[in-house]
Amino acid sequence: MSRESMFRRGFSRRAVLAGSAGVAGSLLLPRFAFAEDQPPIGTWPAGSQGDTVNIGVAVPRTGSYAEQGEDELKGWQLAVDHINSGHDLMKQFVPKLDKGLLGKKVALQVADSAAKPNDAVQAQQRFINDNKVVLMTGSTSSAVAVALNHFADQQKVLYLAGISGSNDTTGKDCVRYGFRQNFFGQTAAAALGPVLVEAFGKNRKAAFMTPDYTYGHTVTKSMNDYLTQNAGWTQVTDQVSPLGTQDFSQYLTNIANSGAEFIINVNWGRDAVLSTQQAKQFGLLPQMKLVIPYQIPFLAKNVGADITEGVYAATDFWWTQEDQYPLAKTFVEEFLAQHKYRPEWGAENAYVSFAHWARMVTEAGTYYPPDVIKTYEKGETIPSLLGDVHYRPEDHQCIRPVVIVKGKKASDMKNAEDFWDVVKVVPGEGLMQAPDAFGCKLGSYT
Amino acid sequence: MVNWANFLSQLFNGLVQGALLALISSGLTIIYGTLGVLNLAHGAMFMLGGYAGWVAFTYTGSFVIAVIVGTLFVMVVGVLTERGIIRFFYNRPAEDQILVTFGLGIVFVEAIRFLFGSQSESIPPPPFLAGITNLGFMVYPTYRLALFGIVVVALLVLYLVLYRTRLGMIVRAGIEDSTMVDLLGINVQRIFMLVFGIGAAAAGFAGIVNTPVVSLAPDVGEPILVQTFVVVVIGGVGSFPGAVIGGLIAGEIISITSMFNPGYAYVMLFVAMTLVLVLRPYGLLGTAGRE
Repeated sequence: MSRESMFRRGFSRRAVLAGSAGVAGSLLLPRFAFAEDQPPIGTWPAGSQGDTVNIGVAVPRTGSYAEQGEDELKGWQLAVDHINSGHDLMKQFVPKLDKGLLGKKVALQVADSAAKPNDAVQAQQRFINDNKVVLMTGSTSSAVAVALNHFADQQKVLYLAGISGSNDTTGKDCVRYGFRQNFFGQTAAAALGPVLVEAFGKNRKAAFMTPDYTYGHTVTKSMNDYLTQNAGWTQVTDQVSPLGTQDFSQYLTNIANSGAEFIINVNWGRDAVLSTQQAKQFGLLPQMKLVIPYQIPFLAKNVGADITEGVYAATDFWWTQEDQYPLAKTFVEEFLAQHKYRPEWGAENAYVSFAHWARMVTEAGTYYPPDVIKTYEKGETIPSLLGDVHYRPEDHQCIRPVVIVKGKKASDMKNAEDFWDVVKVVPGEGLMQAPDAFGCKLGSYT
Repeated sequence: MVNWANFLSQLFNGLVQGALLALISSGLTIIYGTLGVLNLAHGAMFMLGGYAGWVAFTYTGSFVIAVIVGTLFVMVVGVLTERGIIRFFYNRPAEDQILVTFGLGIVFVEAIRFLFGSQSESIPPPPFLAGITNLGFMVYPTYRLALFGIVVVALLVLYLVLYRTRLGMIVRAGIEDSTMVDLLGINVQRIFMLVFGIGAAAAGFAGIVNTPVVSLAPDVGEPILVQTFVVVVIGGVGSFPGAVIGGLIAGEIISITSMFNPGYAYVMLFVAMTLVLVLRPYGLLGTAGRE
């Protein structure tokens, strides 16, 4: 249609101009409204404008927590593979999952944090600058989790804690941009305490071994508070050692002379392995009973079933739960097929926390961080590998069960990884402290 | 936990810890005393000894072979390092020496991480040294008791080499005045190479005999390096007897402070070092000119 014929049919130049302006206006209007609703924040919108969104992972691959860090990393990698392939297991968590999230593939950017907060923050800063990551994760030390919590809040980029047992992570150091899936000191103590009292009775004497940072101090406090207040146990000594200690002889010598009946070893990673092995070398084990309030992936493999036999521990997940939970079964099979060993709870926490994030993103229909946060804060009941869970809006802690395990006798093990018997699965709700008990005050969304 | 039983136990524990520190530190101090090179790769050499021994143990199952292989391997690494790199830095500023040895340490650690990963490895003590021994005032791991004996013997051997052989005489003369030794027609370069090898071997030997106690990881030498520097400063730079005394003092400070509060053990070690530096700037047995 020529301009001439158009005007011949009755269109004036003025009408065309007005119509054009109207069309342009109607096109602009939603965009304008969209921009008003979701103004740039953190790495939004730059981080999700391409066909791939990046996630920054700062995980210990060296140092005392390297072995556990590698296990976590495998869990995140499996989750990303499943997100990108639209795997059936991931679809159980993320019903709206396609091959990718909101039409975009997900990629991991990985750095070694060596479990040092400074290294982790620097790595994540680099990922924000270079890759515009839409999500950060990684910690096998709560010192890192707390540092990344605050960093996430400053940068307005979401952060999912990896392994983090400190009460502070979703307590006094909680932030609007941080979430934690796994169990922690308070819930471990509330779940394990009654089992210990039932098994060993009241008025016992315990020596604690505590790593000198937020995880150690809060787990020891929660455990000690429970046992002293509910069963009259006495803490005869608390041996506080720096992260990365190799020779525990002076600590063990103190314990040997303390009159303790129990060693409650809160140390973690290689520190837990070394302190436990050395406790045996010093003849303290099995003379004293060992208790592990916050189970350490690969501890039993490293120290041997002769040491972990009869030992009670609290954990997030143990692979034999595949017999009770269908999702856990698929997860264990998938993981085993890919990595030739059964996943420990670091991998489970990594996988599930990513699955939950993916669900929140698809439910929100956007990567815009405040909207994703608000979707978490709806507190919707969602699946985990151990049944339904939900996130508490007040402190962003996942309300999830705590698993109590007891070390098996070597002769009872059905395979080389069959170290623990699941004694009890304690529902999460009753284990949690009041939302403000540890001083959590979430910040603003923007 | 302040009581006599614990005090005696910690005293004994400090002795064992101190002896090991003395052995590692003696290697560091004779290298610095003779060559004037502050070897920041010493902790990595301690680690290399452990890994070389662990590999040997994996193939042979023999602890004795592991100790021999661990020690000799690190001695060879020391000699090659001295010939290939360190000797080019004798006449360069101390900062260059520090940087190159620090870099070497990183290379050694990362090479081991590349080859064997970051996971812990361990060697069990020989069966006849496994278990515990009742000392009356405490029960103590038999291997740690044996370790004390092993280290004392190693220190004696080092003493005999340094004080009862021609090589030792030259080394000690070199510590006092290497230019004069050179002027006397002695091949100082060859001596330097041997000293570096012996110093490294001491670290390697300590690394392998310590493995049944704390297990192995690529970064196992890092805290040891810091402690041995403190020992050398306390004992006096370049002094073999100083390293032995410094090691024992350090071991006792760590253990005895731990009896009151383990959190202050290493703080007290540095307090002691500061006091020594204030009162005797060259260390307990050091002399001016070696620093």
